[in-house]
This record gives sequence, structure tokens and C-alpha cells, in this order.
Amino acid sequence: MTPVRVVIALCLVAPFVAMLWVGSYSSVDPTFIGIPFFYWYQMAWVIVSTALTMVAYKLWQRDQRAQRARKDRTEARDGGASA
Amino acid sequence: MKDGVNGVALTVFILFFVAVTVMGFLAARWRKAENEHSLDEWGLGGRSFGTWVTWFLLGGDLYTAYTFVAVPAAIYAAGASGFFAVPYTILVYPLIFTFLPRLWSVSHKHGYVTTSDFVRGRFGSKGLSLAVALTGLLATMPYIALQLVGIQAVLDVMGVGGGEDTHWFIKDLPLLIAFGVLAAYTYSSGLRAPALIAFVKDTLIYLVIAVAIIYIPIKLGGFDAIFDAAGKAFGETNPATGAPRGALVPNEAGQWTYATLALGSALALFMYPHSITATLSSRSREVIRRNTTILPLYSLMLGLLALLGFMAIAAGIKVQNGQLAIPQLFETMFPDWFAGVAFAAIGIGALVPAAIMSIAAANLFTRNIYKDFIKRDATPEQETKVSKLVSLLVKVGALVFVLTMDKTVAINFQLLGGIWILQTFPALVGGLFTRWFHRWALLGGWAVGMLYGTIAAYNVSSPTQAHFGGSSAEIPGIGHIGYIGLTAFVLNVVVTVVLTFVLRALKAPDGIDETKPEDYTADAGDAGVSVELPKVGTGH
Repeated sequence: MTPVRVVIALCLVAPFVAMLWVGSYSSVDPTFIGIPFFYWYQMAWVIVSTALTMVAYKLWQRDQRAQRARKDRTEARDGGASA
Repeated sequence: MKDGVNGVALTVFILFFVAVTVMGFLAARWRKAENEHSLDEWGLGGRSFGTWVTWFLLGGDLYTAYTFVAVPAAIYAAGASGFFAVPYTILVYPLIFTFLPRLWSVSHKHGYVTTSDFVRGRFGSKGLSLAVALTGLLATMPYIALQLVGIQAVLDVMGVGGGEDTHWFIKDLPLLIAFGVLAAYTYSSGLRAPALIAFVKDTLIYLVIAVAIIYIPIKLGGFDAIFDAAGKAFGETNPATGAPRGALVPNEAGQWTYATLALGSALALFMYPHSITATLSSRSREVIRRNTTILPLYSLMLGLLALLGFMAIAAGIKVQNGQLAIPQLFETMFPDWFAGVAFAAIGIGALVPAAIMSIAAANLFTRNIYKDFIKRDATPEQETKVSKLVSLLVKVGALVFVLTMDKTVAINFQLLGGIWILQTFPALVGGLFTRWFHRWALLGGWAVGMLYGTIAAYNVSSPTQAHFGGSSAEIPGIGHIGYIGLTAFVLNVVVTVVLTFVLRALKAPDGIDETKPEDYTADAGDAGVSVELPKVGTGH
């Protein structure tokens, strides 16, 4: 488990904690342009969770690339040793 | 409801409908492949769809006409509790980010078309694969029927369909025509038809929502006035239950129901055959991950749409059948021509998922019942032929269902379908990550979950229904009211784990696993996986 993967996991788990803890957002106040907190807060989380998924996606891509590069290096070294 | 037929709205509706029909038939020529007589072609669009087509297809598929009618209808009826659809769709994306790419990879490596294909290959068990296939079929059929209910609601509000004493044939004729046309182009064009029509559907839907969310609040005096009116309406006592009609925010007891419904529905969504069909039709693993970052745009739209339920209350819409609340709101608030556009959006919104669902159900039948049990040496041509025929049969079945039975039956079955389909999660998602579960244990867990879910749902009564009155019941051992599907799912997992320990101890024969660990991470371009064409100048 690399530190990058821990961050990816956190990004993906955060929406679950936020959305399933209904008590944290079940109130009318503060309202936003007349819309009760309960509704605009959840809509805001659509955007927050999208941003988090995007971060996870970018980190994952970078992680995969790094891993592949590492693998290629190892293979090249091993290949060189046996030649 | 205005008396008689709304001519302007109807004309606009028919115009859109005709345009979409032409597109549906022309779709067969779109990205045509050399070998059109294979199930990959007809049933998965040649597995060639890129990020944007997949986005439209998945959006068109998951956010159905029924969603557009039912979510605001639930808000209109009871307030906060109907809003769970929003956290539900938020949770779906991190979830599929983790497991769908693995399913994509293994399916491309082994040529799987359905989830049951994967389960059979992974666990070497035709019994388990059949259980998954049957569950998928059972859950999808009523879903198709509900799309018809969505079209019916729109036709009703437009004044088409006649009154109570019209002859049944005249009354149902518009619906019959709509479905005949849908069946014909699905038959000839396969998955390409809904993929192409999904563009029109989503454009219309986004347009209608954008206009509705700005135009209607202005006419009603702003969101303050809307929520004031809604709060007052929910405070009134419902004569049937003696309790308030609803609430603007869920109370202490309602929070469990809210959270379990959101989580359970999120887990269930990508077990449905039609969501998997749309996923497997994408051309690379990356397309799926990229899509999880842009699909939430639909969730935002769904949230805005849900608010229309409050607007219907504030606008003083009074309907017996809650499903009519939103179409009725559109007719009351919009000028006739734009009401026609809005109705077309809902109508076309029903056609796209109905087409994809019938294709998905047909693929399931062909691959996992016809090929596995009836004709083992079926050629790809025969598979495609059977699939096309079954897609017709499935739609006729749905039509008969809607026309002969009460609408509540379709809704009850759809509710049950959600509970049932969730019970395939351990075999499918569990199987994607580990081979530890024993195939018979999974079958046992599935059976227990199905049985518990069905009985629990049967025992739920509501003021209007003695059985199947809702999808929530007391969670045994916790005492709170929660989503039955999730309780059944937990039970399912517990049974599966315990039975796996027992069967492993007894050394029960483990089926043959035809997949290898590296199959789950293979991407387009790897050996044995179809190649992703290099893209020119497209940003992610």
C-alpha cells in the first residue's frame, strides 16, 4: 500500500462517510437562496465527490505509470545482467 | 388537467418522435462493422464506444423516464425521503470506479457479454450463472414495463388516451404505436439505436431542466416561497395515516431509512444487466474511469429535477396519481409548445432505456440460458438471431404486463427487482476481487437473500396496499427501519462466508476458474484485447 494509494482510497471513501451520516446535514438552516441546507448540501456534494473522483483518477494514472516504469527498469536491469 | 387534447404540445411531441424513429433506423449504418452477425455487434455496438458516446449511453440508460417522473413524484408526495436518489447517485461513482474496470478487462479478455458469463467463467458453475441470469431477467422486465408507465403519464396529460369509457384499443393505441416502432428499430439496429437516440434524449432533458429550474421559480416567486408552501403542505395531516404528509428534512428515525436506501440502491445499480451492457460496449478501460468523473453531471441534474416536486406543490398541482405531478406541472407552467418539448424529453427518455434493457435481457437469455442449456453449439449468427427475437418478446411481455395489470403491480415488481438484483453482488463483485468464496456458498447466500427480501417486502403494508407497500422494514437486531434490500444483502454475505468456511473444511469440489489474475487489469492494446485506436486531439 503506497501513500498514493492511501490518498486514492480516502478520496473514494469520503463521499460514503459524508452521505451516509445523514444526521450531519438534516437541517433546514442555513438556507441558500431559499433552498434548505439539506438539499443544497447534498447537491454541493455531487460536485465535491466528482472532484475527489477526478483526483483519484489522476493519482491512479500516475501510480500506474510509475509502476510500469519501475517494472521496465527492473526488467532492463535483469536483462542486462543475464546478457 | 385541461379538457381535450393539447394540440400544440402533441404536434411538437410527434415531430420529435418521428425524428427519433428515423435516427433509430439509420443507426444501423453508424460505425458499421464487417461482421454484423455477431452478438458483440448487435448487442454491444461492436464494443467500440468512446468516452462521450458511453457517457450519453450510460446517462440515457440509468436516468430513465421513470426516474424523471418518480423522483419528483416521491418528493411531491412526502418531501425529504424522496431525495435519497441524490446521495444514491453520488455513491455509485466511487463504487464503480473500483470494480467496473476489472469487469471490463476480464470480459474483453474472455469475450463475456453478460455478468453471468463472467460468473460462469470465474466459478465454473452453471448453476450460479443461471441464478444470476434469472435474477437479472426478473429484475429487468418490470423496469421495462415502468418505462411504458412513464410514456403513459405523458400521453395522459396531453389528453391522448381518452377517458375511462373509451374502448381499450383506442385508449392504448398511442402506446402500442410507440412500442411497435421502438421494437422495430431495436431489432434492426441493436445497441447502436439507443446510443444514437441518447444524444437527443439528453440534450432535450438538459434543456428542459435548465429552463424549468429558472423559469418556474421566477413564476412562483422564488425558492423561499416554494419551500414555504411545501413546508406548510407537508405539515398538514394525512387523513389516511393520521401523521403529517411529509417533512422538509428527515427526522431521527427517517435517517436510517434514508442512508440504507441510498447505499443499497448504489450497490444495486451496476448489477442491472442494462448498466453492464452499456459499460461493456465502451472501447477501453480508461473510458470507464474517465466516465466516473463526468457522469455525476447527471446526478446534479437529478437533484434539480427532484426540486420540481416542491414546485408542483407550490404551484398548487393536485393529482390523485403522483406520477402525473411533473407532467402536469409542465403543462400548467410552460407555454404549450415548450410543454411539448418537455413531454418529448420524457417520452424519448423512456425509449432509450427500454431499448437497452430489452437488449440486455435478450443477451442474458441467449448467452446463459439458450447457449448454456438449450443449444450448446450455437453459432454467433444463431446467437444474434435468438437475441433479436428475445428482445422483441421481452418488450411484448412488458407491454402485456402494463396493459393487463394494474400499474401498482409493475411498481411492486420493480421494487422487488431492486432487492433481488442486489443479491447478485457477492458473486459478481466478490468474484472480481477474490476467488475465496465457494460457488455453492454464493448460491446459498443468494437464495437466502432472495427469500428474505421477498418475504420482508411482501409483509410491508401501507395505507393503500396490504402488501409490497414500500421497500423499508425494521432491520432485525438493530430495530431501525431500513432498506430491505440492504438487510437481505448483509444476510446474503454472512451466509456466503459461513458456508464457504464449511464447504472449504469439507473439501467440496471447487469449480474451474478460467481467468488469470492479470486478466483483471488488461487494457485495450494488450495481447488478446481489442485495440483502442489512437485519438487525435481529444482532451480527457
